[in-house]
Amino acid sequence: MNIFASLRTALRALRKNMLRSLLAMLGIVIAVAAVVATVAIGEGAKQQVADQMASLGANLLMVMPGSISSKGVATGAGATQNLTRADGAAIEKEVTSAAQVAPLNRSNGQVIYGDSNWYTTIQGTTAAFLEIRQWQIAQGEMFGREEDAAGAKVCVLGQTVVDKLFGDSNPIGVQIRVKHVPCKVVGVLAAKGQGSWGQDQDDVVLMPWTTLVHRINGSAADTVQQLMVSARGPDLVDATQKDIESLLKQRHHIAEEGEPDFMVRNLAEMQNAANAQATTLSVLLASVALISLLVGSIGIANVMLVSVTERTREIGIRMAVGGRGRDVLLQFLTEAVVLAVVGGIIGLALGVGLARWMAAQQGWPAVISTTVMGATLVLAGAAGVIAGFYPALRASRLDPIEALRFE
Amino acid sequence: MRAPAESATRAKSPQWKVSRPVVQTDALTKTYKMGDMQVRALRGITLNIEQGEFVAVMGQSGSGKSTFMNLVGCLDKPSAGHYLLDGEDVSRLSRNDLAGVRGRQLGFVFQGFNLLPRTSALENVELPMLYQGVKGKERQRRAAKALERVGLGDRLDHTPAQLSGGQQQRVAIARALVNEPRLVLADEPTGNLDSRTSIEVMAIFQELAAQGLTVMLVTHEPDIAQHAMRVVTFRDGLVQRDERVAKPLIAREELTRIDSERPEDAPLDVSAGSAP
Repeated sequence: MNIFASLRTALRALRKNMLRSLLAMLGIVIAVAAVVATVAIGEGAKQQVADQMASLGANLLMVMPGSISSKGVATGAGATQNLTRADGAAIEKEVTSAAQVAPLNRSNGQVIYGDSNWYTTIQGTTAAFLEIRQWQIAQGEMFGREEDAAGAKVCVLGQTVVDKLFGDSNPIGVQIRVKHVPCKVVGVLAAKGQGSWGQDQDDVVLMPWTTLVHRINGSAADTVQQLMVSARGPDLVDATQKDIESLLKQRHHIAEEGEPDFMVRNLAEMQNAANAQATTLSVLLASVALISLLVGSIGIANVMLVSVTERTREIGIRMAVGGRGRDVLLQFLTEAVVLAVVGGIIGLALGVGLARWMAAQQGWPAVISTTVMGATLVLAGAAGVIAGFYPALRASRLDPIEALRFE
Repeated sequence: MRAPAESATRAKSPQWKVSRPVVQTDALTKTYKMGDMQVRALRGITLNIEQGEFVAVMGQSGSGKSTFMNLVGCLDKPSAGHYLLDGEDVSRLSRNDLAGVRGRQLGFVFQGFNLLPRTSALENVELPMLYQGVKGKERQRRAAKALERVGLGDRLDHTPAQLSGGQQQRVAIARALVNEPRLVLADEPTGNLDSRTSIEVMAIFQELAAQGLTVMLVTHEPDIAQHAMRVVTFRDGLVQRDERVAKPLIAREELTRIDSERPEDAPLDVSAGSAP
C-alpha cells in the first residue's frame, strides 16, 4: 500500500470517528497554539525593544560620571562631578570613530507662557544632540554653536510642551519663561512618542547647555551629567567605547588597568539586557508549551491504543485479504501523524489568531515567523510519529487468526 | 488417497499433461502448546484439491477442520509437513510472504461476513486490491465488476448495515474474488444465514466452481456440504472420510422449487446472482 492510499484510508478512518479524532488532537491544538502565540509575542517584545533603542539614536554611547573610592569608601555611580565639557571636546577631537558628541544636563522646572504653565524636563545640550538622537525639527530651527557659546536665551520645545502652553497657536518667536528666565522659542521638535520605559519623549524643553547650566542653574562649573556620543557605524561602537575609555582614563590620570571614575554604556548592551529578559520569558513559555505538546502526544498515543484494540477485527480482515505487517503499521502511523498534523494546523491558525488578538487588545506587538510555524508543525508531526509508533507496531504484530476471532 | 478430480474439470486446463493440484498437502501437522500440554490439532493430512473442485470440509469442533483451513489459507504455518499451493511450497514462508500469498492467490469468505463497518460495498471489495498496488480507477472498475458478478451491481454505495445478511455475504464473496484467486476458502459461510439465503450463497459457489474456480468450504451442516462435489470429513486431526458426492444438490433447482412452493417468499428476480 503506498503512502497516498494509506493517507486516504487514514482520513476515512478519522472521519468516521470525528468527535474522538477532534478530542485526540485537542492537546496538540492547544500546545501548538501556545507555542506560536508565545513565540510571536516574545519576538514582538524583542522587536519593540529594538525599535525603542533605535528611536533613542543609532550607534549611541553614553558617558556618565562613575564611582570613585576615597580612602576605601566607594561612592555610588554618578556621585562624582568629574566629567566635563572639556572631556567631550577631547573625545570629539581625538576619538576618530566618534561622529558626534553632545553634553547633556537635565533639570526639572516650570515653564510659563501667558496664563499657562507646565512642569517639564529641561535639557541643556548642543545642536549635535538632535543628530545623535536622530530627532527632527518640525518648525523653526535648532539653536547652534554660537547660541551655546554665548549662553543665548533661546529654547526648542517638545510637542507636548507646545500643546500645554500654546494649544493651537504658533509658538515660534514667542518669549516664554523657563524657571523665571525669559527665553525665545526658536523651534519645535517633531513628535517622537513614547520612550522605552513609557515616558513621554515629547515632554521636554531643549536649550543651549551653557544657558541651562550657567544662567538658569547659576552654576559656574564645567561638569556635565552625561556625554552622548554617536559612533560612525554600528560596527565601530565597541572600538569607540574602548577609545573613549582610554582617552578619559588618560585625562583623569587613571592608569590603563585602573578602575575608571566614569562609565561608558552603549545601547547594544542595554538592548541585550532587555532581550535577555524577553528570551528568558520566551524560553519559559516555550518549555511550558513543549510540555503540553508532550501531553498532547500522549493523548494521541492513548487514543491510538484504544483504536487499535477496538479495530482488532478490522486489522484481521486487512491481514486476511493480503495486508502485510508494514501495511497495517503504516496505516496506523499515518492516522497518528494526520491527527497530529491536522491538530498542528488548527493550532497554528488558533495561535496566530490569539497573537493578533492579544496584540490588538494589549498593544503588544506580535511577530509571526513562518520559520517558527514550520518548525512547530514539524515538531507536531514528529510527536505524531512518536505517539503512533507503539500502537501501530502492536497492530502490525497481531495474529490474523486471533484478530479475526476478536469480538 | 482419493482419485484425481473428474476429467471434465481437467479438460479446461490448457496444458496437455495432467494439471497440478491447486492444493497439495503432505503429512501436514500442527501442534499447539497449551501450557505443558501439547495439542495435536492436525496429525498428518495428505490431501489434494484439483482446479475447479468444490470441496466441503466437515467435522465436529476440535476435529482439526478449522486448523486445516487456517493452514490452507496461509493464516498459519504448519509444525511439520508440506503444503504446496499451486505447486509452490508455502509452508515455510515468512509472515510477510504469506500475506502476499493471501492477497494474490487466496480469497476468504467468513461466517461473520467480516466486512469493514461503515464502509461502502465498493470500498470493501476494493480492499484486497489496495494491498496489491492496483491504481484507484482500476480498483473501482474491478470492484464494481466483482459486485455485479454476485448480483449487487445496484448496491455499490450501500454500507454493510444497509444490506441484508445474504447481501453482506455476497459482498464478502465479491471481495474474495476480486484479485482472481486460485482458491476461495469459505469458513461456515452460511452459519449466520437463513436456509433460503444459504442456498443462494451455495448457488454462487456452484457457479464459480463451474467457471473453473477452486472452492474449499468448511461447514458442519451436512445438507450444505451436499452442494459440493466432494466431502472430506475430519476427526481427531485426521481425515476420516474423503468421498465424492454421488448426486450433488443443485442450488439453482432448489431455489426454483422453494419459490414455486412458497411464492410469497420469492424474490422478484430469481435469475443467477441478482439481489432480492
